[in-house]
Amino acid sequence: MREITTDIAVIGAGSAGLSAAYQAASAGADVLVIDENHLPGGQLFKQIHKFFGSRAHQAGTRGFQIGQELLERVQKSGARVWLDTLVYGIERDCSLGVIHDGAHYVVRAKKVIVATGAKENYMAFPGSTLPGVMGAGAAQTMVNVNRVLPGKRVVMLGSGNVGLIVSYQLMQAGADVVALVEAAPEIGGYAVHAGKLRRAGVPILVGHTITRVTGDGQVERVEIAQVDKQFNPIPGTERVLEADTVCLAVGLNPMTELVWMAGCKFCFIPAFGGHVPMHDGNMETTVPGLYVAGDVTGVEEASSAMEEGNLAGVCAAHALGLLTDEQAADKKAEINARLDALRAGLFGERRRTAKQQQLDAMQAEQGGNDHVG
Amino acid sequence: MWGDPNKLSRDNLQKEDINPGVQYTGVPSQDELSRCPGVPTETRVKLGRVACIECVQEIPCNPCEGLCKFGAITIGEQITNLPRLHEDKCVGCGLCVAGCPGLAITILDRSYSDTEATIDFPFEYLPLPAVGDQVDAVDRAGQVVCKGRIVRVLRPASYAGTAVICMAIPHEYIDTVRSMKRLPRRD
Repeated sequence: MREITTDIAVIGAGSAGLSAAYQAASAGADVLVIDENHLPGGQLFKQIHKFFGSRAHQAGTRGFQIGQELLERVQKSGARVWLDTLVYGIERDCSLGVIHDGAHYVVRAKKVIVATGAKENYMAFPGSTLPGVMGAGAAQTMVNVNRVLPGKRVVMLGSGNVGLIVSYQLMQAGADVVALVEAAPEIGGYAVHAGKLRRAGVPILVGHTITRVTGDGQVERVEIAQVDKQFNPIPGTERVLEADTVCLAVGLNPMTELVWMAGCKFCFIPAFGGHVPMHDGNMETTVPGLYVAGDVTGVEEASSAMEEGNLAGVCAAHALGLLTDEQAADKKAEINARLDALRAGLFGERRRTAKQQQLDAMQAEQGGNDHVG
Repeated sequence: MWGDPNKLSRDNLQKEDINPGVQYTGVPSQDELSRCPGVPTETRVKLGRVACIECVQEIPCNPCEGLCKFGAITIGEQITNLPRLHEDKCVGCGLCVAGCPGLAITILDRSYSDTEATIDFPFEYLPLPAVGDQVDAVDRAGQVVCKGRIVRVLRPASYAGTAVICMAIPHEYIDTVRSMKRLPRRD
């Protein structure tokens, strides 16, 4: 067993982790980024569409290009990146159990930033274990990273931005999307994404769900039905679609295992995908020295993840004395202004409220501790 | 068996005879379009090339404002504001067509000829059509409206992979046609 010491360890080399690493290393910290995948970038490199948001967030630039630029900045900043490396555990003192290059390491960092992202939700229905039923994110990885078309005729379940964008990208890759099915009475994602599908002739069936999938050893037929207000299928409204692939875009949930293990306190926020670690305005959790950033703090999107990463990186570097109070305050103000813009408007409202709830929970927790202390 | 997406889409369309709005159907309703600050007047479309920004839902997005070199699109500080078209300033250059991440902008020109109008629209499917091709022109719900003739296909590096296609269609379809049907892949 070898022991490694560093100023800041960042777990996860996606949007949030790379941004955190860049900020911290630029401030002069010795930074080690660890990721279990063999390529850095998290989900950024499968985002082939042009991003939304403000020009300050490189809106209009395709996601994988944003990822490439971020990665180059990180490499220039001097941060080390360990790929194919597993963090299997975290102690209460925040030392990390790590498997790297076949060897066991203990990484002791003065500050740890957890940016592990989120994983896809699944939905069970008769036939949901048939080959050909997969997460929308998995299908997106197949077409955009591995260049493999999962099927020719796809039924997509879920009309959030993931369902809408992956449907479009499957068509760009050469598949047909037979229908996009959504149980809610309205489309969850951006209307302009839905508009791209409609112009390509894809029906979007709101108030519908998949009731079962059948086929001989693989997906062949997808039965859909209308749902009532409680989302129960209405008997007699079933229709059968011919398809070879079913993609599930039914939400994501934060990958919080390491944060639980470290003993962080959590709060439950459905809009963020379930249990999320409490954190303060510096992205620090209830465990001193342990920071979180990106989807692990609550599922949002890539631009917010990058800004939370920036914030965590700046605050961790500041806590180590690598930035003056004034420098840190200036950087934080800029980042927070950009985060506010991202959480504005009709679609941002829910996320803004959820984030406030999370910060309030942390404040109540800390206030309680002060009282006891 | 309900295997035909086109039939499903048509069914989907029929419900939109009373289109309750873009968040239910993915197709902006006539009411939403008439209230949309990015849609040019009929008079302006008759005069020549002008942007038609069919952005009817407040989302945080503002690349179009920065792309326009003529100050013809404004959003303002609050980036969820709908883009506003200043049709007297728009020269129809089409930079916004390629730059809109929502592919929600087209360039309309009713003055193209005595019988034909043109529409420039963004297109991100391969294969691309060639100049002179006759293609199926489709409406906002993907239904074939008429034949279109490809006039121009632009794909400079600055468009970052989005092709902008100029297509001639009969005058009367300028308000309905918004894209073309995907071409079959050759592989």
